[in-house]
Amino acid sequence: MPRTPIQLPTNIEYLSILDENAQIDKQLEPILSTADLKRMYHFMLLARRADERMLKLQRQGRIGTFPQSLGHEAISVGAASAIGSSDWHVPAYREFSGMLLRGWPLETLLLYWGGFEEGARPPDGVNDLPYCVPVASQLLHATGIGMAMKIAGDKKVVLTFFGDGSSSEGDFHEALNFASVFQAPVIFVCQNNQFAISVPLSRQMHCATLAQRAVSYGIPGIRVDGNDILAVYAATKEAVDRARQGLGPTLIEGLTYRTTAHTTSDDPKKYRSPEEEQLWSSRDALIRFRRYLADRGIMDESARISLEAEIEQEIKEAVRKFEEAAGDKELLNPLHMFDYLYAETPEFLERQRNELQQFLASRSAGPGRMEAKSGESAGRDP
Amino acid sequence: MAEMNMAKAINKALGEAMAADERVIMLGADVGVNGGVFRITEGLYARFGEGRVIDTPLAESAIIGTAIGMAIYGLRPVAEIQFAGFDYYNYHQLESHAARFRNRTRGRITVPMVMRAPCGGGIRALEHHSESREAIYAHTPGLKVVIPSSPRNARALLLSAIQDPDPVIYYEPKSLYRAFKEDVPDQPETLPLGQARVVRSGSDITLISYGASLRPTLEAAEQLQEEDGVSAEVIDLLSIVPLDTVTIVTSVKKTGRAVVVHEGPRSCGIGAEVAARINEDSLLYLEAPIKRITGYDVPIPYFSKEKYFLPDADKILQAARQTLSF
Repeated sequence: MPRTPIQLPTNIEYLSILDENAQIDKQLEPILSTADLKRMYHFMLLARRADERMLKLQRQGRIGTFPQSLGHEAISVGAASAIGSSDWHVPAYREFSGMLLRGWPLETLLLYWGGFEEGARPPDGVNDLPYCVPVASQLLHATGIGMAMKIAGDKKVVLTFFGDGSSSEGDFHEALNFASVFQAPVIFVCQNNQFAISVPLSRQMHCATLAQRAVSYGIPGIRVDGNDILAVYAATKEAVDRARQGLGPTLIEGLTYRTTAHTTSDDPKKYRSPEEEQLWSSRDALIRFRRYLADRGIMDESARISLEAEIEQEIKEAVRKFEEAAGDKELLNPLHMFDYLYAETPEFLERQRNELQQFLASRSAGPGRMEAKSGESAGRDP
Repeated sequence: MAEMNMAKAINKALGEAMAADERVIMLGADVGVNGGVFRITEGLYARFGEGRVIDTPLAESAIIGTAIGMAIYGLRPVAEIQFAGFDYYNYHQLESHAARFRNRTRGRITVPMVMRAPCGGGIRALEHHSESREAIYAHTPGLKVVIPSSPRNARALLLSAIQDPDPVIYYEPKSLYRAFKEDVPDQPETLPLGQARVVRSGSDITLISYGASLRPTLEAAEQLQEEDGVSAEVIDLLSIVPLDTVTIVTSVKKTGRAVVVHEGPRSCGIGAEVAARINEDSLLYLEAPIKRITGYDVPIPYFSKEKYFLPDADKILQAARQTLSF
């Protein structure tokens, strides 16, 4: 009488299909065409190699600080492969590989990390939002897009991403709650890489899984091996199918490890051991997926070697295009900072624009005190 | 023409906007079945249904954050925050996202949405229900900020705000909701954002105000005429962003004297910006320093003492006389 247990759904599952030894669970193996599988590997490898190249570009000062996405390729590409081009993709900032798959040219993303707003402009026809830096805030945009799809009667879904650190933010909980209450077609994918810069997962939550947060919002939740692209794809596909049928949102937790620093400004040696990094590197998503493709006869060693060469060429070409754009006078024109704030530029902004324009003109007319101080040459002004 | 108060005029505008454009939807806490705690959305739920007048969970960040997503997808959301004193929860969504999407995507993604919230003191409300923090939003590049002062301009400005292609903060001075009635045309009318109005012509001094402070400002102007024979020009800003510098400066060039009046705190407030623009464009026309009658730099006191914080006609009158006799 006085106390009776309330039965709650607590069937949080862990899904693994392709394990770290490349052993496949035939029962659970998702149906994917050879072309799909090749495409998935292509974008994982492109992101991996581009990341490595970008680290060099950053060290050389050719792009700015950026977060590498090593260890996140399976979650990003696996989930993004489960939605269509008319669905929406709302990333955080470690979905580099998935954005490439969605149609963002590499040179555009290089522009973003290279300090140009043009890099945050989604290409025409790509239903994506750009990178989102303030963590968890993008989950509400995804939820709003999902609510709008429902209002419009569109059978589309939204796929959105966040990290384990983000799950401590209020916006994460508000987004899950809104999506749940309005049964919005949103798939929330957590890239649980076990670190928020230096702060470990144990400081983000005092519970066994992140997936179980779903229970308190009355939505399905699942934890998957985040280095197993087939598990990520399968779990996302199920969630997408549910959402498309009007059955609401899902929370997917991909468990992985950030095998590099948080960003190019971070030094992980201060907060974790090389042994731990080594252990997780051995669980790398690309190694096991490559073996899977080889075992299935989809990609043999010579095909892989030629793919590597193709990707090297692709990256080289993208870097060339990026550097060309980054040197473009029009793109470098500082007066454009005033041009996109409002549909029509108000008078007060026009005045500020003119002020900067006149200042720049006066400075390039002859060396003034500014040049003497900063050592800049007058000729650098556009 | 029909005579109505500001609450009714805003309600009228919301109904008109929703009837004219099916992309317009409303969301917020208590906006649906209840018709809003100030009854501003009354009847809209019955008229347009729960799909377009959405009662949300109580979470301001999510109300604004999801409105941003809806706007990106092509809707025209009008989000209500129940009191301006609670919109700090969602400030981050406005500052980091609503205000920036157009700029950071070079015009590819835009956020045509309105945040409505009742603002200001004067109704003996409880703590956290009387704030005037428009300066925060005026300090956020990418937003527009509008504050009406009468039923007719409230209706016209709200229709303009909803049609605007950029995010607009629409603050409703709640002490004016039922303060007085005014004729409002039957046919929808709009007012361009960014245009102030000269609501009283004069030649000796310019009094600049907006929102609930406009009424005591006009009272002071009448008293100046009657008691001192002074002709005061009164400007109603209506839009805080974009601020109509031309109307302000044109008036000050004529009168040589200015007092700025508002409820929000003084330091780095709207009055400071108005004074700066007057200095930039008409310093040599000034016969006296610009005075500010504003809320003080303290949290608005509980209601037993709020009247000492708020601008009133006596304070404005005194400031005007000091300016005139400088």
